[in-house]
Amino acid sequence: MTTPPPPSLSFLPSLEVRGLAYAYPDGHQALFGVDLTVERGERVALLGPNGAGKTTLVLHLNGILTAGAGTVAVAGLPVGPANLAEIRRRVGIVFQDPDDQLFMPTVREDVAFGPAAAGLRGAELDAVVRRALERVGMAAYADRPPHHLSFGQRRRVAVATVLAMEPEILVLDEPSSNLDPASRRELADVLRSLNVTVLMVTHDLPYAMELCPRSVILSEGVIAADAPTGELLADEELMRRHRLELPFGFDPTARPTRNPGGH
Amino acid sequence: MGAGHAHKLYRHGHSPVHALPAHTKLVAVLGFVVAVVSTPREAMWAFGAYALLLAAVALTARIPAAYLLKRLTVEVPFVAFAFLMPFVVPGETTDLLGVTVSVPGLWDAWNVLAKGTLGVGASVLLAATTELRELLLGLQRLGLPPTLVQIASFMVRYGDVITDEMRRMSVARRSRGFEARGVRHWGVLAKSAGALFIRSYERGERVHLAMVSRGYTGTMPVIDEVTATGAQWRRAAALPLTALAVCLLGWTL
Repeated sequence: MTTPPPPSLSFLPSLEVRGLAYAYPDGHQALFGVDLTVERGERVALLGPNGAGKTTLVLHLNGILTAGAGTVAVAGLPVGPANLAEIRRRVGIVFQDPDDQLFMPTVREDVAFGPAAAGLRGAELDAVVRRALERVGMAAYADRPPHHLSFGQRRRVAVATVLAMEPEILVLDEPSSNLDPASRRELADVLRSLNVTVLMVTHDLPYAMELCPRSVILSEGVIAADAPTGELLADEELMRRHRLELPFGFDPTARPTRNPGGH
Repeated sequence: MGAGHAHKLYRHGHSPVHALPAHTKLVAVLGFVVAVVSTPREAMWAFGAYALLLAAVALTARIPAAYLLKRLTVEVPFVAFAFLMPFVVPGETTDLLGVTVSVPGLWDAWNVLAKGTLGVGASVLLAATTELRELLLGLQRLGLPPTLVQIASFMVRYGDVITDEMRRMSVARRSRGFEARGVRHWGVLAKSAGALFIRSYERGERVHLAMVSRGYTGTMPVIDEVTATGAQWRRAAALPLTALAVCLLGWTL
């Protein structure tokens, strides 16, 4: 059984990480006390160099890895063995390679997997699947096998597979990797239209700037900075210290050329 | 992304045969094959009747004869084996086109050839009218252990992904001037196969992670409930029941 949600749910942050530390069984310590709060409806980018512990942190959010010290709570529900099923429904992780995420023979079955595992059946299940696919603009592809889709389409279906579970927070691992510019923009449009809490792990700093008003830098297993994305990217000294580099010609202080709300 | 399209045996269509639930078709094909195999080989006319039955199914399913015949070539190795029989089976001999062949061998060859061809024909029809995915659901419905069905459906899903990976590795090898020629290069190919195995293994772990993240607890959730109505069962049973009648006639006549 899952614990009933507390009455003041809407005042709880979507994600609350407190003093999270973790060492892998081989002794390598990846996280040294991470504190991170993501309010409901926020879109936050998690930046950091390779090996900073970003993936390790993500795998704690739905209880795949168990914290050595500290706590993680999703909308007030602590991540722990007792609530795993509910936590995994509330935390939708979109992994980097859509071929890993889409493991069922057709798009429809893949999107249905999560809700069906939670016990949904029949017409109700169909409705949930259709709604999730419509939200990412892929409803016309429901009966296709995933390997017949383009990479960008697969990534959007991967987003739908977790949306179908009505997650409290959407966690995206490198959402823009391997996407051509058009697919990248389409995904950004989808993400902006969703109205859910988003934590986006990325190396793509312009994408973070475009989508996330707030960014945090995870470096050497701790949160090294937490600020509005524009400010953070403009701080050259901070960026250099954490091996973050803007693409050539990109000026974070310039006004955006595209209206982020438009389309 | 050189993804293949559907599986090569399936032929898309909307015929009455396509519309039957997969598990009824599986049972029908099994029944048909059992009837064919238990027919005495001397009742040559019976095999003609079976062939007509299959032709009728193909017609209903709107599968062109040329398509069916081309798919039947999968049988060729067995045919070659059957052609050997008249020469190797001991027994009384007879002259056929100036060659001495054994009579029991001829009967054996005919037996293998006729029953094999009919069996393959029925399977090709099943594959041409049933999507692989439905076939797996049908097998599950018929009581195949879910783990086996899961393994098979992952094979279907990841077959193309792994073939793609294999092709990329081959392109990478050739781009660096490697061309597999003879035994000396088997070592390189073996190492590639090993690397492919490791990659697939790691992908397996990542897929499992993605499944667990979406609430997988060891059993696949039921997404499509496949059920067959009495009428569908009766329609599917038409083939094996007619075959059974032919088989019984073959024994009595």
